[in-house]
Amino acid sequence: MTERSEMFEGLKGLIEPFNKKGVAVTDATTFAGDLEWDSLTVMDFVAEVEDAFDIVITMNMQAEIENVGQLVDAVNKLTA
Amino acid sequence: MTDLFSKFDALIAQREGLLSTGVMDPFSLVMEKVLSPTVAVVNGNETILLGTYNYMGMTFDDDVIEAGKKALEEYGAGTTGSRVLNGTFFHHRDVENALKEFYDMEHAMVFSTGYQANLGIISTIAGKGDYIILDIDSHASIYDGCKMGDAEIVAFRHNDVEALEKRLKRLPADAGKLVILEGVYSMLGDVAPLKEMIRVSKEAGAMILVDEAHSMGFIGENGRGVAEEQGVLDDVDFVIGTFSKSVGTVGGFCVSNHPKFEIMRLVCRPYVFTAALPPSVMASSAASIRKLMHNGNKRAHLWENSKTLHKGLRDLGFQLGTPEAQSAIIAVIMPDLEKGAAIWQALLENGLYVNLARPPATPAGMTLLRCSLCAEHTSEQVADILDRFERAGKAVGII
Repeated sequence: MTERSEMFEGLKGLIEPFNKKGVAVTDATTFAGDLEWDSLTVMDFVAEVEDAFDIVITMNMQAEIENVGQLVDAVNKLTA
Repeated sequence: MTDLFSKFDALIAQREGLLSTGVMDPFSLVMEKVLSPTVAVVNGNETILLGTYNYMGMTFDDDVIEAGKKALEEYGAGTTGSRVLNGTFFHHRDVENALKEFYDMEHAMVFSTGYQANLGIISTIAGKGDYIILDIDSHASIYDGCKMGDAEIVAFRHNDVEALEKRLKRLPADAGKLVILEGVYSMLGDVAPLKEMIRVSKEAGAMILVDEAHSMGFIGENGRGVAEEQGVLDDVDFVIGTFSKSVGTVGGFCVSNHPKFEIMRLVCRPYVFTAALPPSVMASSAASIRKLMHNGNKRAHLWENSKTLHKGLRDLGFQLGTPEAQSAIIAVIMPDLEKGAAIWQALLENGLYVNLARPPATPAGMTLLRCSLCAEHTSEQVADILDRFERAGKAVGII
């Protein structure tokens, strides 16, 4: 697996407990639209990702992240 | 043409759905007459007020009214100018001096509202490349202050010291950091563990701003708030407060011991580019603040009211926002907006006004009936309030 696909799988694993509708997760899956997450779920999920990778995803960054692919790239960058 | 209002369609539909069930609109209430800090006439009915922030009942204090009247007659109705031009009158300085005495701090700056105080201070002191670390349940004015500035914003789980500490440690050591906390969180009326939070923030080299809007006047030995109560006020760099709660007027402020604080008057846009408050409001505020410094009996009665109401509601079977009374706010958690609106209306028809609070103002998507007590509520009124809650709760079927 490439580094990016590893990151994707890692994040997919973190998404699953919040994926109440059982949506098939791809790069294009959106958090608000496809996963139908409200701001509360987003907050809990962000905290999980931050703790898993020992990073901080600022609210400024969060505003730019709409789908899983963008999150993979952002976390890749933050952990580089 | 795209109708710019189409983005509000979902909210309009939700509102129409709620009103079509026959409930009164909870967000367009009119106080037809105000008889005292605790009683007003609403829809023609004499109504006990249990949803104002008039914690110390200063709105009808004789000295507060007298000071305002005198200033109104001697200095006129308004200032027609900015604080930095023609808008600073004798009373603006006087109220800032009263704040310095109240908090025993070097500097005090008065804004036109508490909202503007947060907006101005936060957006001005944290700039590009700096970090603001805030509690996720922070007040809208804090979030708006963040949005107006250029800092990076990091949120942590409500009142979670470990979550705050972890995030602070992940930020660049040499970056400027401002941690923003509140003494009392106004939705649930819960108090922050400021002592621990301030310790971990200081260890990370952050400056600290605490909003004490809902604690001024009755929490802490001198009524300076939760930071005073927990013995950490000296470690707070900026205290934000308001006159529209315990002080009983309108206006906002920041007090600080920072040696360069006075420069804020020139660089803080929500302070500069708005009109100064009327002299009557400033004179009333100054009189009120000085009285709030000496009111031990009223404080004790407010706490007694808060504890009695909390215990009474809990015994009736209502679900409350805190395990015990932590402030003068008691939040009753409703199962949903419909039931919340129904009981709100039943209470109002029985002559009791409380706040109906709903998302996005509330945490965790909750609908709340928020009760805020006043030092002027009599013990009989509190008993009466509990009786009305019992009747309304049973009528709507939630207890």
